[in-house]
Amino acid sequence: MNREGAPRIDGRPRSILLRNQRFLPLAVTIGLFLVMYGAGAYLFEGFLSLQVFLNFFIDNAFLAITATGMTFVIISGGIDLSVGSVIALTTMVSATLVEHHGFSPALVIPLVLAMGAVYGLAMGLVIQYFKVQPFIVTLAGMFFARGLCYVISIDSITIENSFYSDVSAFRIPLPFDTSITVNVILALVVMAAAFYLAHYTRFGRTIYAIGGNEQSAMLMGLPVARTKVLVYTFNGLCSALAGVVFTFYMLSGYGLHAQGMELDAIATVVIGGTLLTGGSGYVAGTLFGVLMYGTIQTLITFDGDLSSWWTKIFIGLLLLAFCLLQRLFARAKRT
Amino acid sequence: MMPVPPTPEPPPPPVAPPPGLVRGIVGRDHFWALATLSLLIIYNLATNPHFFAISIQDGHLYGSIIDILNRSAPLMIIAMGLTLVIATHGIDISVGAVVAISGAVAAAMIGGELVMSGGTGMEDVTRFSMPVVIAAALGVSLLFGMWNGVLISYFGMQPIIATLILLGTGRGVAQLITNGQIITIYYAPYYGIGNGFLLGIPFSLFIVAAVAAVIVLLTRKTALGLFIEAIGINPVASRLTGVRARTITFAVYAVCGLCAGIAGLIVSSNVKSADGNNAGLLFELDAILAVVLGGTALTGGRFFLLGSVLGALIIQTLTTTIYAAGVAPEVTLVVKGLVVFIVSILQSDKIKAMIHSAAPARRSQNPGTNPGAPGGTR
Repeated sequence: MNREGAPRIDGRPRSILLRNQRFLPLAVTIGLFLVMYGAGAYLFEGFLSLQVFLNFFIDNAFLAITATGMTFVIISGGIDLSVGSVIALTTMVSATLVEHHGFSPALVIPLVLAMGAVYGLAMGLVIQYFKVQPFIVTLAGMFFARGLCYVISIDSITIENSFYSDVSAFRIPLPFDTSITVNVILALVVMAAAFYLAHYTRFGRTIYAIGGNEQSAMLMGLPVARTKVLVYTFNGLCSALAGVVFTFYMLSGYGLHAQGMELDAIATVVIGGTLLTGGSGYVAGTLFGVLMYGTIQTLITFDGDLSSWWTKIFIGLLLLAFCLLQRLFARAKRT
Repeated sequence: MMPVPPTPEPPPPPVAPPPGLVRGIVGRDHFWALATLSLLIIYNLATNPHFFAISIQDGHLYGSIIDILNRSAPLMIIAMGLTLVIATHGIDISVGAVVAISGAVAAAMIGGELVMSGGTGMEDVTRFSMPVVIAAALGVSLLFGMWNGVLISYFGMQPIIATLILLGTGRGVAQLITNGQIITIYYAPYYGIGNGFLLGIPFSLFIVAAVAAVIVLLTRKTALGLFIEAIGINPVASRLTGVRARTITFAVYAVCGLCAGIAGLIVSSNVKSADGNNAGLLFELDAILAVVLGGTALTGGRFFLLGSVLGALIIQTLTTTIYAAGVAPEVTLVVKGLVVFIVSILQSDKIKAMIHSAAPARRSQNPGTNPGAPGGTR
């Protein structure tokens, strides 16, 4: 077995492919994104417009936010299946508090964000202190949050509050006659903050260390327990924020909102080059994952003949392909 | 409500206790399952004195109990398949999607037109004969199970990710088959699968019995069950001792897919239609819950097939009870989610260690827990 970076016995350097494999999944993603975007531009008139590109973000701002939180969870070697239902719960709680109980949005939004963080914290504590596998805890969390939605109401609640509808309708003008929404700004701010958190803080470096090898991280004296719990808390907060953004986007609360979002979020992260086994990945990669998701969605919309179910199927297959690719890299690394 | 923390064990007798006594009371969780079921039945009896009443109409048995048994049939079948998967330290959250696919295939092949025959009512229409329809639906389900199995055992994907992919895309596939619509089935013989009676007993129960007989025979009368438990406890050690871990892991996912397919037939026959969007929705929760209520640990190892059947019965009784109480059935999700939380905490090594430290003399006698079993990467 050849050690990492050591010269080979036959004197030849390791191939570029193997030397730069840290960035390889991301390079594949960016390449694939460019190919698909190019194909869309070639096939469909009007695909190559700035507004269509911006719509990737407008329509997927909530996905970008929740996937950012998920990136941290997956880098730490865990998984969180509860994100979709926490989004649904956030929309539901927001809608019922604003519409049925007359709360001010200024109070409701901090409240739901705190709720999401506490939800994540609780799951993180169970995972860390009872050593239960993350997927079981968050799977139970997923069902529990959906159930809470139905406790509030089985039907959809429409939001007519002026603050929500104003934010939803507000457009920030950009050059060339294009515009974005507040949601996009929120998503970009979250991603920028997460980028800083991941690469320039001790917290971020500790997450990578835990994902790489939890035991080593512990032996190095890193605060493993605290960091792991915080990762789930952060993800809960991100999901709740994604829920707030989703509320702006849909202007309603419903227990069936964001059904299957956990697959989309995990797929986005993995397509963005984050290893499912933990320890390696980039927030910036997740951005490309979101772009890829947006491209697929838009291609299917532009095509017109394909039903929207194909988005789910394509994204699932893409996740599958990237998982297999990762196994391949892992195998290449070992030999 | 259900899982009370394990009762403090009786003080160890001075003479050497027979091995497995503690497991017999606390470890073998059938006790809790039976206690829960009894509580539910007592509550039902208190609110509805005719709960146990069984009458015979047209030569068929009728009554609340029969109804609960009939309705829990799909879940019982899925729970048995999932038990094998969980025993290998795996998970399959795609069963609900496979239920939808199986129903969609069957409905699409029977065809969805209503043909009236002269004013006497509808005629039985089918595009393919029923055995072909059933074989196709089950074949497709088996294929999807095998797909999971290949990804997990041969490509080494994490079970949760592999089955999550099918959970998401499977519904898309079901929607494609049904064209996004609810296909109504107008073929009376097909209704027999989920609503029919044989010898006065619901036909679905015969299917449950058949599936149970096959799985119990295969796992308990051959070494297969032992191998499955060995893989769940320590996959590396089991492979080194010559257990064909890959093949067996592949097979349990295939069987689980097939079980979900059978359940899908029963469900679609029961509601006489196939709905790609909602058929089998959240079935994975019920199935996982049935398995853990039946005493099989989510960490793999020992499994209890009949415990899972019992678990399915508890869940259906609970659902029926909640219906009868006039509460929206979706609310049960909260209870179910909470139960999974609590049970998984109770089964965690930490709690087990606490139980052990309460009775240190027993430590050597409990072979069921092996902290060395690696998780996550499989």
